[in-house]
Amino acid sequence: MNEIGSNKFGNLLVYLFFIVVTLLSVFPFYWMYVVGSNTTSAVNQFPPAVLPGTNFMENARNVFERIDFLGVMMNSLIISGAVTLSVLFFCSLAGYAFTKLTFKGRDAAFIFVIATMMIPPQLGLIPNFMLISELGWIDNLRAVIVPAMVNAFGVFWMRQYISSAMPYELVEAARVDGCSHFRIYWNIVLPIVKPALATLGIFTFMMTWNDFLWPLVVLKDSSVHTIQIALRTLNDVYSTDYSMILAGTFMATLPILIVFLIFNKQFVSGITEGAVKN
Amino acid sequence: MSENNRLLIKGNKYNQKITERRTGILFISPFFILFGIFGIWPLLFTAYLSFHRWDILGTSEFVGLSNYINLFTNDPLFWRALGNTFSIWIMSTVPQLILALLIAFFLNQQFLKGKTFFRLGIFVPNVTSVVAVGIVFSAMFGTQYGVVNYLISALGFDIINWRGSYFGTHVAISAMVLWRWVGYNTIIYLAGLQSIGKDIYEAATIDGASKLQQLLYITIPMLRPIIIFTVIQSTIGGMQLFAEPLIFGVGSNYQGLTMTLYLYQEAFNRFSFGYAAAIAWMLFFIVIIVSLINLFFSQKIKSA
Repeated sequence: MNEIGSNKFGNLLVYLFFIVVTLLSVFPFYWMYVVGSNTTSAVNQFPPAVLPGTNFMENARNVFERIDFLGVMMNSLIISGAVTLSVLFFCSLAGYAFTKLTFKGRDAAFIFVIATMMIPPQLGLIPNFMLISELGWIDNLRAVIVPAMVNAFGVFWMRQYISSAMPYELVEAARVDGCSHFRIYWNIVLPIVKPALATLGIFTFMMTWNDFLWPLVVLKDSSVHTIQIALRTLNDVYSTDYSMILAGTFMATLPILIVFLIFNKQFVSGITEGAVKN
Repeated sequence: MSENNRLLIKGNKYNQKITERRTGILFISPFFILFGIFGIWPLLFTAYLSFHRWDILGTSEFVGLSNYINLFTNDPLFWRALGNTFSIWIMSTVPQLILALLIAFFLNQQFLKGKTFFRLGIFVPNVTSVVAVGIVFSAMFGTQYGVVNYLISALGFDIINWRGSYFGTHVAISAMVLWRWVGYNTIIYLAGLQSIGKDIYEAATIDGASKLQQLLYITIPMLRPIIIFTVIQSTIGGMQLFAEPLIFGVGSNYQGLTMTLYLYQEAFNRFSFGYAAAIAWMLFFIVIIVSLINLFFSQKIKSA
């Protein structure tokens, strides 16, 4: 029975491992606040300040002076909100058609949808930019919203969920009662698939909120910047004032952290189910 | 029942079929319309562009394969970007996946308390925006006053010139990728682990297998498909690395220049759309080749 003693020691090591890993995981968030709440001169010395200071409000005020913080947050909110709503609508609609409606070419079309997920988005970057220029959508939020309104992952995700969560008899019964397909979708399918919509919604919102390359290319004027582009500008233009930059970064990160902490269950289950199904 | 009535029912069924087909196509059409415009057309047009010299004013000239030939024979920056991308990809992916596997394995141990808390703490970096990660890591990996160098010097080592050296820049950028994605891969591995029956581990414990032996001979082989999935995902992500080096800074020797960043600079700083399009296609080919190599090796491991 000498196993027990060594096991206890091993268990202790595992706890130690987790404490170290979690601390490393959280440290950059802490550091954002430490730098953001001190003065730049307190940060730029050896040894640097390692505890939160009292200068956060001052730094935050500087951020508000340099970028239209609330305006760019609003832009991000509009883009992410519009993309999320439209992804939920179009992907669930397609998911319903791919499982509960029979028509010629349906399965081939679905395989095509999956195949499109393999194409890296950079491949179309330049033509898309030219197209958006032709349409006159540069510096317009539409340039980011419209191309993202429906995506292959969402269609795949909703199809898998609808096919497992909704019995076909339900559709048939509604058809016999004379319901149109859109009414079936709206009144029967949507309420049933709410959990899948929640997961897809939070996922889409976060991805859109954090998107960087495409908004950087098409949203040039500071009035249409998203929060990510504004942060990058702050970092580029005022690169010496680290405290101000990190105060801005902290303020930009906090809302998404709160959203995540509220919805973390949907988010985590979304990732695992997506991976296991793939 | 009259003949008329029967025909009516038949016609009704036929009508229903037509409506079902029309509705079906209507419901899936948004994806295909949008993908046609913003997916397929750009893909083909990128190929077309890559055979031209093309600038922002729209003047174009057919140049055949010369963009590709230039890339291969006359462009040291392209090769540098390729090397940097691979170096950073390996330095971030290998430790990231090993660490994620270890964390997931330990998170799956029954004795561990506070699982939800640890899982949350480890996952939370993944929701941070890449820009925020780039900024805070740039501060931490500052050469003069960064906290990492402070720690290094406190431990009695020489400080590292993170921005000025190849090694330093690659480590700093890899650290950003590693930090942001360990939790994501942990969650995926954990889902895989939970689908492995407990009785296998129990039997192994009774047979006297240590935790390490269980990890090596039960967990990893059974997780193989999921490990392949994460390797391919990390490959695709690694080849597209862009924001981290853009924010950290490329450096005077272009040691932080990645392929996607090079593509971006060629297209939107120098406006040579044709040349950038050739880089985009090369990037796509490289992703495919690396994915195939991954698959080949994992097949080999399987049969070994």
